[in-house]
Order: sequence, then structure tokens, then C-alpha cells
Amino acid sequence: MADRETALHVEDVACYFDVSPSWLTRVLQRSPRLILRAVDGVTFSVPRGKTFSVVGESGCGKSTLARMVVGLQAPTSGTMAFTPQEKANGIPAPPRLQMIFQDPYASLNPRWRVGDIIAEPIHELKLIEGEAKIQARIGSLLGTVGLSPADAIRFPHEFSGGQRQRISIARALATEADFLVCDEPTSALDVSVQAQILNLMRRLQDEFGLTYLFISHNLSVVRHMSDEIAIMYLGRFVETGPAEQVFSDPRHPYTRLLLETIPNVEAPNRARRPMSGEVPSPIAPPSGCPFHPRCALAEDRCRTERPSLSGAGRQVACHLSTDA
Amino acid sequence: MTTPEPLLAVRELSVVFDTRDTALLALDHVSFDIRAGEILGVVGESGAGKSLTGTAIIGLLDAPGRISGGEILLDGQRIDNLPPEAMRALRGRCIGAIFQDPLTSLHPMLTIGDQLIETIRVHLPLDQVAARRRALDLLHQVGIPGAETRIDHYPHQFSGGMRQRVVIALALAGEPKLIIADEPTTALDVSIQAQITTLLKGLCRDHGASVMLVTHDMGVIAETADRVAVMYAGRIIEMGPVQAVTRAPRHPYTRGLMASIPSMQVRSSTLHQIEGSMPRLNAIPAGCAFNPRCEWASARCRTEKPMLEAGAHGVACWHPVGGSAHG
Repeated sequence: MADRETALHVEDVACYFDVSPSWLTRVLQRSPRLILRAVDGVTFSVPRGKTFSVVGESGCGKSTLARMVVGLQAPTSGTMAFTPQEKANGIPAPPRLQMIFQDPYASLNPRWRVGDIIAEPIHELKLIEGEAKIQARIGSLLGTVGLSPADAIRFPHEFSGGQRQRISIARALATEADFLVCDEPTSALDVSVQAQILNLMRRLQDEFGLTYLFISHNLSVVRHMSDEIAIMYLGRFVETGPAEQVFSDPRHPYTRLLLETIPNVEAPNRARRPMSGEVPSPIAPPSGCPFHPRCALAEDRCRTERPSLSGAGRQVACHLSTDA
Repeated sequence: MTTPEPLLAVRELSVVFDTRDTALLALDHVSFDIRAGEILGVVGESGAGKSLTGTAIIGLLDAPGRISGGEILLDGQRIDNLPPEAMRALRGRCIGAIFQDPLTSLHPMLTIGDQLIETIRVHLPLDQVAARRRALDLLHQVGIPGAETRIDHYPHQFSGGMRQRVVIALALAGEPKLIIADEPTTALDVSIQAQITTLLKGLCRDHGASVMLVTHDMGVIAETADRVAVMYAGRIIEMGPVQAVTRAPRHPYTRGLMASIPSMQVRSSTLHQIEGSMPRLNAIPAGCAFNPRCEWASARCRTEKPMLEAGAHGVACWHPVGGSAHG
């Protein structure tokens, strides 16, 4: 199932949260248990050395998925398997995982010097012996992400948002990680800084053969970064496939609407219908296809029967696109 | 530019922040007009002074910030030197404001109906019943389904997009001629963003209101605005019709900014990037503020500050793309 070119295989993974009122309230008001299905029946493989992106609106479960992959959240059901790969010492081991968070202002300890922040994983994992060697490693890591080795003695507040995100990346690289989970790494940054960070991430991928699981709501960023892409809606994938194909020929009505509605400087004011309605609550998802209340093409079948992801390579969960 | 009297005229507006040692110049001689029924987009990176411009116009500038020069004229009347009481009457009645985060702009303990009715009655001579009717009318206009029941709900019962519609309804309550919208879609999802920008455009068309749309998202500007002003380090460095500025930017910064937006059409291996970052207020370089990051910078750029040229598509640069009188 998982061949050597796959870094991570996720099989039918789900994550439910119990958001019921307390038992006393339930007894007194006879309210039922409420289960929020944040992620439901998601299957995918991340190819090694490539970027797999998950796109969706807030509340669709993409961050929960990222947290499950790094182990910050236990899945309710399903399996996740990392393929062992040969390390520098010749012994195969699972890839080393690190996460890059959205907010570079919250993800760095404000009381630690940058050098200590980057050195912590090295100390913790006992990767390098000897303080001098560790300092040298910190200097070279800072150089790799485009900062100066002299920045190691400064504190996070002395840096701008983009520079802080570079520090987060240096910290992730300090562990000799080969699999980075990036949860909206540039959405807190300005466009010109975003370009710097995206270029840096692409360069590091080429240099170190990194695998990225990239979470974003910004379709143009995703298009720039991704090899494979999955569109997520209410906890499920509605369309997956190679990024080029999904962007040039979107098959699911949700993907199409998403591509149509994003403001675009290159083609402003295209003829389009703004998507009506909002994302329904994942506590009480609509019957049948979860997208049917907002879908212009919905028919009776969509209201009752949930479509499953079908197809090889390109997968679409829509009753109406099976012929395509 | 003199033909129709502009609704809002900002002339050489400067804002400083007083610190212990010195006064930091945050807005440096900013001038622009907004005509009736026009949407002016103001773009720039964080710290460029775009929100500050909006705050100065609605008179909500807090100490240590203060207007140190220039004037703001609304319908030919100066409003920057009004006493706080007069300014408060003006706010809401003549100038409406929409802020980024809809949850913090609404009172969490009052129903949206109470908040709308209160605002309406402050500005318009209506009784409770008529004000409620007008509140319902406003909720219909901004597209809230089931307004008759929703009017008695609290802000937390609304989703982000619906809350932003309520905030827009509040901004419209006093029938203002000018709306300052500061990042109105930034906190929203893309599919909701399009709904809100379409709504803003429709309101402009139907009510003849003018909008100053402050955002960092060039895409939103390209979709919504008629004209755009690009700000950098407290100055407007380029201003013109939105098509012209986005298709053929003349300032090297605008050009770099446009090129650094990842394209939806083609996938390139690297994005164009502008090296460095915007200077802090206490370290703005002499001459053109952009010169340390500019590939065309010359000796003149390091010493002499370029002024924004007059005309439909003006630029503040000694070496604009495509050349000009400055060149």
C-alpha cells in the first residue's frame, strides 16, 4: 500500500469532538449528545519530497487534520503510517516531523533568545554534542533561512513577522526534520513578505528534499506551492488530485465556486455568482452531499445520498461529475 | 480634478506620534480626494499608515498620535479641527465606519436590534417604532435572511459573515455620505468575502455613498475599487484608476508588490520578492523611503524626496516605470 515514494499514508482517519452540554443539563433539558465531526473518513498519501496541500474555509477541519498528523490530536479512528526512509547513518527510520504555525508572534517564546529557541530541539534530541558545535549549527541554520548568525543573541520581539517566521523554520530544520506540517505559514504576513517566505520554503525543499503538508485557505499560495492538492469541506475531502489539474479543470462545484470567488488582480470582475449561504455547522451537517444547500446544480439525489470520493488520481466526491 | 467638488478632500495631512525624545512622523503630507459615489482603495503593508489615515479622518486618533498639519474637508467644510462634541455628531451621521473584526465592533450584551435602533435614534429624528422599522429595512438591505426574527438575536448568534453585514447595517444607520471600511473582509472566508464586497459595491451604487476601502489585499481592491492609492512608510507613492495601477504600475514598489502575488494562472518556480522590509518609523531613510530596497535607486533618490505628481495616474518616484516628467 505505502510504497517507498510515499512519506505518509493516512487511511480513513476521523476526529470527533464531544461538544454536548454537561450531563446534568442533558438530563434536565433532555438535550441529546452533540458530536462535532471535525474530520470524517479522510484518506490520502503524501509523496516524499513533494508538497501536499489541504485547502478549505475556516471550520472545515484542515487544522485538526494537521494536528492529527503531528500527533497533537489523537484520531477517533483510522490509521496514519509514515514510511521509514534511510537516514544519513544508513539506518531506515520514520521521517522526523515538525510543525510551522500560523502566528509567528505566538509560536516563539518571548523570553528566550533566538539562539536558545533554535538550540532547544538540538539539546532535547541530543543531535549534536558540544556547545561550540551547537553554536556553529545555529549560525548555519540562521544563514540558511536568510538571517545573520549574529541574530542568535537577539529576542523575538526585535524581529518583524516575516523574520520570525524564518526563525520558526530554522527551529524546525534544527531537528533535521524531513517532513514539515505548515499550518497557514504565511497568512499573518504581508504579500511582499509572504513571497520571501514562500520562496525560502521552495528553496529549502529543493535543497533538503523536504516533504510539506501545507494547510491554507489561500488558493493562489496553494497553487504556487503544491504538487498535490485536496479541497476540504465540512470535514471531508471533496476533490483531490495533482494541483495543476485541479486548478485548470476543477470538477467539484465547490472547487469551481472557490476558484471563481477569490478576488484576483489578474482578472477582476469576472462574470460570476457569489456563493450564497455559509458553511453549515459540522455538528448538524446537511444530509446527503454536505455541499447541496449551497450548490446550484443540486438534484434530489444530492439531498439524500452522500457521494464518495471516486476516480483514480483525480478524485471527486460529487454525483454529477462521475461522467466527467 | 477641479470639476465636481469632491466629497472628501484630504490636503497635506500629517500625523505624528509624540515620544519622549522626538515626534515620529507616521503620515507624511498625504493628499487625496474621494468623489461622491466613488470607492477609493487604500493599499499598503502593515505599518504603511493606511488605517491611520482612516482613523484621522473619522477623528478617532488617540494620544500620542495627533494631526500635525494639513486639513480634511468634508463637503468643503473643515472637519479636522472640530471640537470633540461636533465631531461625535458628525461620526455616524456623515461618516460611517466598518472595522476589521465584526465581533469586537458589536456590543455582546445587546441584541443587534437594540444597537441598530440606538444608533438610528441618535442620528435621525425617529421614534422607537419607526426606528425599528428602519432597522429591519437596513437588515434586509445588507441581506440578512429572516431579518424579522434575527433582529432580536445577540451578536454571538451570528456567523462571521452575518456579523459583518450587521456592522455594515450599523454604519449605514445614519445614512452617511462617506464610509470608511478598514479591512472589512480580512477576517472572513473567501466565499463570504465576495458576498461582502458585492454588497459594498451595491450600496455605493444605490445610495451614492462614497467608500474609502482600506485593505492589504490587492485582489479585493482590483475587484471593488474605482481608484487606488498605494501607501508606503506613511506616504502615498502611487495613485490612479485601479485598472491602470494594477495592470501597469509605475512605482517600483507597486510593481514589486504586484509581482509578488502568487498567480492563479501560471505557476512559476520562484516569486518575485522585494528584499528587506518596510522601514520603522524611527528609521525612515532620507530621500525616497523606498530607496534601500529599490533596484533603480540613484544618488538623487537617497537625498531628495519625490512628490506625488498630479494627474489621473500619479507616482512619487524619480525613476518611474515608463518614464515621466520627473525622470
